[in-house]
Amino acid sequence: MENSPLFKSGHTACAGCGQAIAARLVIEAAGANTIVVNNTGCLEVFSTKYPDTAWGVPWIHSLFENSAAVASGVEAALIYLGKKNATNVIAQGGDGSTGDIGLQALSGMLERGHDILYVCYDNEAYMNTGVQRSGLTPFDTNTTTSPAGAQSSGNIRPKKPVPEICLAHGIPYVATASVGFPQDLSRKVKKAISIKGPKYIQIHASCPLGWRHESNQMLPVAKLAVETGLYPLFEYENGVLAGRKQIIPKPVEEYLKTQGRFKHLLNNPEEIKKIQEIADNNIKKYNLKLES
Amino acid sequence: MKEFVEGSHAIAEIIKATQPGVISAYPITPQTHIVEDLAQMVANKELNSQFVNVESEHSAASVVLGGSAAGVRVYTATSSQGLFYMQEVVFNIAGMRLPVVMTCANRAISAPINIWNDQQDSISLRDAGWFQVYAEDNQEAVDFHLIAYRLAEDKRVMLPVMVCMDGFILTHGMETVDIPEQEKVNKFLPAYKPLYKLDTAEPISMGLLADPDYYMETRFAIQETMKESIGYLSGISKEFNAVFGRDYKDLLVEEYQTKDAEKVIVAMGSVCGTIKEVVDEQRAKGKKVGLLRIITYRPFPYARVYEALKNVPKVAVLDKAVSLGAYAPIAVEIKAAFYGKKKGPKVASSFVAGLGGRDITLESIHEVFRRLTVKEVNSDFIDLKPELLKEEYGE
Ligand SMILES: Cc1ncc(C[n+]2csc(CCOP(=O)(O)OP(=O)(O)O)c2C)c(N)n1
Ligand code: SF4
Ligand SMILES: [Mg+2]
Repeated sequence: MENSPLFKSGHTACAGCGQAIAARLVIEAAGANTIVVNNTGCLEVFSTKYPDTAWGVPWIHSLFENSAAVASGVEAALIYLGKKNATNVIAQGGDGSTGDIGLQALSGMLERGHDILYVCYDNEAYMNTGVQRSGLTPFDTNTTTSPAGAQSSGNIRPKKPVPEICLAHGIPYVATASVGFPQDLSRKVKKAISIKGPKYIQIHASCPLGWRHESNQMLPVAKLAVETGLYPLFEYENGVLAGRKQIIPKPVEEYLKTQGRFKHLLNNPEEIKKIQEIADNNIKKYNLKLES
Repeated sequence: MKEFVEGSHAIAEIIKATQPGVISAYPITPQTHIVEDLAQMVANKELNSQFVNVESEHSAASVVLGGSAAGVRVYTATSSQGLFYMQEVVFNIAGMRLPVVMTCANRAISAPINIWNDQQDSISLRDAGWFQVYAEDNQEAVDFHLIAYRLAEDKRVMLPVMVCMDGFILTHGMETVDIPEQEKVNKFLPAYKPLYKLDTAEPISMGLLADPDYYMETRFAIQETMKESIGYLSGISKEFNAVFGRDYKDLLVEEYQTKDAEKVIVAMGSVCGTIKEVVDEQRAKGKKVGLLRIITYRPFPYARVYEALKNVPKVAVLDKAVSLGAYAPIAVEIKAAFYGKKKGPKVASSFVAGLGGRDITLESIHEVFRRLTVKEVNSDFIDLKPELLKEEYGE
């Protein structure tokens, strides 16, 4: 990975960490005139271990769940100082900090209409504390707190629909992206930054440690999530579906078999069927299927 | 300008004069009138400030944290459950050395839910790294907010300040208050210039992870600043007096008839007004009693307390809070001030009164003096109702 002045390499992320790549793509797309507010989580820990920092932009971390609120205060101060128009504000955090413990702060930020881009790095569990389930952990995932066992096939609930929750706030821009499609990701960040008001982008970011795949599989695994329909990439502008990434759907099994967190499902056609249904529903809902 | 006003309004007036760039708060009785007044001032364009209406106290504290980190003066106010809900952020603000000023309208803690005054809320956050000053009346509450910003933003200090005022008794009390004029405020409190801030022209990272190799020194630094600040307070007080003509001496304690006293009550906040009445009455009868009022509770002025009480034979510490299962909070500090010292009171008894808004009357104070005998007592509750206790224990 070449060095970037805005997000320097030499941080302490695991090899092949999708979140590290995604964070770099985000800040490069947003540019140097950006202030970043970060929740506690892997990204914060691996990028700012005192006395080092990977960040070449002004960056602040306060707590696990309050980046949306801290960013609201930063934005308010910039307005007071007459500097808001020249400065982007990004609040960011992992899926747990965003969709669970920080959902209220996020909702407040969206509802108040702050000119802030919120970025959620969705690695589908609490990774920094050792791969516990979050509200965004997919159905049937084996995590340390939703373990597979004699009477369990892993996480019992489907992913919490955080993008839809954000959408319901009537904000001007909501999108999903994937570290597997970096150009699409960068484009969405640039677009979001160009829109005034609250924006939400949720980025699927593979995690070799938590998902249990080889570190050189970061990109193909992330791509497969999109290509199976399990992680639909879409964009809503002013509440209207303005774009989606169309796919020639692959069976979910191709994705599931790449990761240790789904290994317990591979001889369980019944469970795989349920997961295929989730993908099929996404494909239908967002009209993802490319007619060949 | 002297005005006969509600305490909360007086606070809003002085906050307006300090011109914070960002204000954020969440409603909780008895803090509400302060922030309602500020919201109206912003709405009327009397105050140029970003008023951020948040969805919780956790976010109110986070918003002012962010505003302060971005380099502007900020203000928030809360009480009781609200303060507890923001606790995590309260500690965080101090750890990040941000000069936030907050009003705590002191109120009891649930359960049972109770909106009336005691001091359990702020006292429970005594270890957060905030200065805590307690006002006796609304003039002090007003003046302490000005002093709070001066202290917090002092480059030698850079720590947050909590101005504590008894809920309802002060916040809703009508008093004549001299509300400082803008020019005088500007003279005493210059515009805020941050030492460091989030600025794209000079990118810095704030709030980094400090491992065992680094963490302890950050805590030590705050501890040292707190200790040194005890000395800075009298300087700030002097300057305040020069501009406004009100002398708060060293801002640490107030000694009221303590010099030759045989019995002294130690207390904090508005109850000291009642205690002074009793002291005056007793003095008129020739009884040598006095009051030592704690103004600054954090950092705790051990040396001043020692000096003030070293020749007093009997001391009664009156707490409006408890540390359930242990000695009462102020009592602990007073006892600590004398531990291992040559001089000191023979008896340092501790009393708890006024919890959940139970009236502390003149008679309550007389009762404290009566119970202050050669036999030391600890966390002795004043004004309990025996008939209710019977019900509770089914006796
Ligand atoms: C209030 C609070 N609760 C719990 C934690 C512990 N904690 C820190 S990071 C973390 C997990 C982060 O998960 P996520 O937000 O998904 O980010 P990731 O590490 O997966 O990137 C947890 C549970 C905390 N720091 N603060
Ligand atoms: S645990 Fe996962 S998200 Fe965290 S640094 Fe490692 S690869 Fe990245
Ligand atoms: Mg996560």
